[in-house]
Amino acid sequence: MVVPQPVKSVSPHPMIEMRHVHKWFGEFHVLRDINLTVNQGQKVVVCGPSGSGKSTMIRCINRLEEHQDGQIFVDGIELTNDVKNIEAIRREVGMVFQQFNLFPHLTVLENLTLAPIWVRKVPKKEAEETAMYFLERVHIPEQAHKYPGQLSGGQQQRVAIARSLCMRPKIMLFDEPTSALDPEMIKEVLDVMIELAQDGMTMIVVTHEMGFARTVADSIVFMDRGEIVESAPPQEFFAHPKTDRARLFLSQILGH
Amino acid sequence: MSDTQSHYTSPTFAGPKAGQPGRSFADIPPVKWARANLFNSWLNTALTLLLIYFIVKYAIDLVSWGLINAVWEVPGNDTRACRDIRGIGACWALINEKFRFIMFATYPYEEHWRPALVIVIFLALYVVSAMRRFWNRKLIAIWLLGLVAIGVLMWGGVFGLRYVGQERWGGLPITLILSTFGIAIAFPLSILLALGRRSDMPAIRVMCVTYIELIRGVPLVSLLFMASVMFPLFLPEGVTVDKLLRAQVAIIMFAAAYLAEVVRGGLQAIPKGQYEAADALGLSYWQKTVFIILPQALRLVIPPLVNTFIGLFKDTSLVLIIGIFDLLNAAKTSVNEPAWRGFGVEAYIFVAIFYFVFCFGMSKYSQDLEVELSRHRKR
Amino acid sequence: MASRPQTVRRPPTAGVNLSLNNPTVRAILYQIVVVGAVGLVVWYLVSNTIENLETRRIATGFGFLDREAGLPIGESVIPYSPADTYARALFVGLLNTLRVALIGIVLATLLGTIVGIARLSSNWLVAQTARVYVEVLRNLPLLLQLLFWWTLFRDLFPGPRQAITPLPGVFLSNRGVQLPAILWQPGYGYVLGAFVIGVIAAVAVSRWAKRRQASTGQQFPVLWVSLALILGVPGITFMAIGAPFALEQPELRGFNFVGGVTLTPEFAALLVGLVTYTAAFIAEIVRSGILAVNQGQWEAALALGLRRGQVLRLVVLPQALRVIVPPTTSQYLNLTKNSSLAVAIGYPDIVSVANTMLNQTGQAIEGIAIIMAVYLTISLSISAFMNWYNRHIALVER
Repeated sequence: MVVPQPVKSVSPHPMIEMRHVHKWFGEFHVLRDINLTVNQGQKVVVCGPSGSGKSTMIRCINRLEEHQDGQIFVDGIELTNDVKNIEAIRREVGMVFQQFNLFPHLTVLENLTLAPIWVRKVPKKEAEETAMYFLERVHIPEQAHKYPGQLSGGQQQRVAIARSLCMRPKIMLFDEPTSALDPEMIKEVLDVMIELAQDGMTMIVVTHEMGFARTVADSIVFMDRGEIVESAPPQEFFAHPKTDRARLFLSQILGH
Repeated sequence: MSDTQSHYTSPTFAGPKAGQPGRSFADIPPVKWARANLFNSWLNTALTLLLIYFIVKYAIDLVSWGLINAVWEVPGNDTRACRDIRGIGACWALINEKFRFIMFATYPYEEHWRPALVIVIFLALYVVSAMRRFWNRKLIAIWLLGLVAIGVLMWGGVFGLRYVGQERWGGLPITLILSTFGIAIAFPLSILLALGRRSDMPAIRVMCVTYIELIRGVPLVSLLFMASVMFPLFLPEGVTVDKLLRAQVAIIMFAAAYLAEVVRGGLQAIPKGQYEAADALGLSYWQKTVFIILPQALRLVIPPLVNTFIGLFKDTSLVLIIGIFDLLNAAKTSVNEPAWRGFGVEAYIFVAIFYFVFCFGMSKYSQDLEVELSRHRKR
Repeated sequence: MASRPQTVRRPPTAGVNLSLNNPTVRAILYQIVVVGAVGLVVWYLVSNTIENLETRRIATGFGFLDREAGLPIGESVIPYSPADTYARALFVGLLNTLRVALIGIVLATLLGTIVGIARLSSNWLVAQTARVYVEVLRNLPLLLQLLFWWTLFRDLFPGPRQAITPLPGVFLSNRGVQLPAILWQPGYGYVLGAFVIGVIAAVAVSRWAKRRQASTGQQFPVLWVSLALILGVPGITFMAIGAPFALEQPELRGFNFVGGVTLTPEFAALLVGLVTYTAAFIAEIVRSGILAVNQGQWEAALALGLRRGQVLRLVVLPQALRVIVPPTTSQYLNLTKNSSLAVAIGYPDIVSVANTMLNQTGQAIEGIAIIMAVYLTISLSISAFMNWYNRHIALVER
């Protein structure tokens, strides 16, 4: 069993706990006995070859995918088929997607206020103030009244981050947030994520950006073929990978 | 919508423990499939059972009407056996008796092999055109040859064939002729209309837009009425044009407007860079259009073109309203004789099979083609 | 830096160049030639026509509209007798066209939406049934289907004495469909008034709820309260006036039905044919509209904590409708144009009436002009609506 060590965490209060989680797509075993604990304020970077189950694992945390065996606890609540439970957890967990998934028919501001108004039942004015605050945090307050289609990829992804933050989540999940971006836009998104990490947000990030992992992560989780193969603090993982699979992966990704 | 349900706690039987070792009844593939696809929730189970009930009920009714209780043959024109089972069994004896009439209508009986051969030639032309191997200049030659052969066979008057006037043509060949010639002649016109609609010259643009929108705004029936009662007035004294030809002209006018919009869609899809590149090479407007733009645009619109053809094929049945004996009118007329009156449903089901096989085949072809062409384009 | 005075330079005015190589001159010449050629053809046709009309002694102009039509019309929504004028006969035809088109559009939308959603069902049998429906209906000529329904109603349905009774009071026979009619009671005026009040109250409540949500965040079950108001207020009024209710049942007298509402076999066949045919096309539009909304939209909205119903209402439907509405409108237009096939089964729509009229008067040009004018008016109003709609929701998509 591999449990990431809480290296710099503020308090050892576990925000996410996965115990012996399994999942199949038809006959295909995508997640095999996943055990993972993420404490409050901890930043975990998940990496591994494509198809290794990284995205599926974090999508299980807010129930975009259903796990079929084992248990998942988010902030002490167990994920079950109970609709109320799922809604409660989704309110606490923010998610940023590879393809941004902004709502194209709404302006940036409306994208940001939709969920607070309808889920958190916040007055419109207050929701808009919150939205403007977070747009400033991601450095694009001037785009508030544009439609997503008028923004660049990097700006869209920052809007998506702000959209999640408007729900004041306790945990943020990032599913390859920079993979769909042009190289010159990656930095502006990573900078926002680093600032977020410095503020103490609990984060799980699936990414291939090893520079980001080195700067931010408390712990790196390496997955391959549906399993967590290795879990270690970044210095240790990059300097002395324990398994051959991790060594191979690192040589491929850092090799050139 | 259904796909998204799985993300939200819809109680699926593929849930916990599925796919794990330990085989039971529920793991036998067909049972597993049925549970996942037919009985995966209470609502779905209810819907499945309800549908099965209705399908079985109507299937039994249909089989006993169409097969078990049906009358397949009657002596002479004595349809008493059919009348006795009205509503209980089908009278397929009608088809038996009137098959030739429905297929060829009033074409001279002893010459029926000629329209039959015409049908075969049409089908061969369609099959050849569907094969991408023949998408080149040869296809035009094949078509010209085929159309000449069709003309010779239908009219006759040469090679010792008896002359048969257009007023005696009928049945399936009429449907095929109206739709095929309709699309073949309307197509070049539609390209001109589409180019005109995108032209920089205001007078030409206005004329093309007016024509296209005028035709698309009125029903085909009104154009056919126009062909049947107004066209004769357009011609100088003493010149008469056969009704079939007039209907053909109306269908061409109709098809051209609809095809023009399809072609315009293709023209719009060509990136501006292609026009600029052609201009930069110093090509004239017509060179640019013929060598650069049209080949790409027309390739893009092949699937919608096929769909327009299907629509036109169905729409040719409207010539029934002005009294031309196409396949549908032949079927309708076949039950006019007092002995056979009242068996229209059988006649319509019979011709429906022809229409369905043709249209369904074409639409499947167009779907496959769309997939294939888009795959090619991506590479 | 910008202190250097700049001389204002205007673009040179193009000199007059009348050479044939000047593209502008060419374009003008080209247009003159084409317009001239088309004009020549039109002039030729028109002059032939005028000549023909004179030699055949066919009257021109719309003077006949005021004459007595003498043509019987099987069904009409306004009082009509053959002694009325052609103008009134045409108006009856127009109303019949609009009647079948409007009812058809409503029913086709309902059926099409149901079939389109069924096409996407996770239930294999439901999806396949819907698929077979769409494939069969789309691939057969509408006229064939209309003739089929008409024949079915006329030939295969029993006579009035053996009429099929699927529900009490409903009779299917070769004379058409007989339905019971609700008789107007004196108190119904109040019920109607209560209904209007209910609708107004519902609108007021939803406005109030919207304002309150904007200011306090409090939500309000607008849908249920509105429904309760719209249905409940007239319902209570109905009870309060003592629930007067009487049905006029169709009754068999001799060889036919008396009383109730009658749908003729022609109307029933046309309506069934148009609805089932158009619904197959609308189903495909609805299906592709829903599929056009990216899966990621569902995931993002659910991840934000919105409930399924909210995702559908706030995120998916607004996007799907933008894809669905334009092609559906053109299906409405098609349905209206296709109602002209009524002439083949003897339903007295505008085309049917105008056709009979032009046969009686011999004035073909005027008759066809009337038909075309009616349909062009309908088409243009629908495209005007479409343009308005498209401008209204001009979509800024990625």
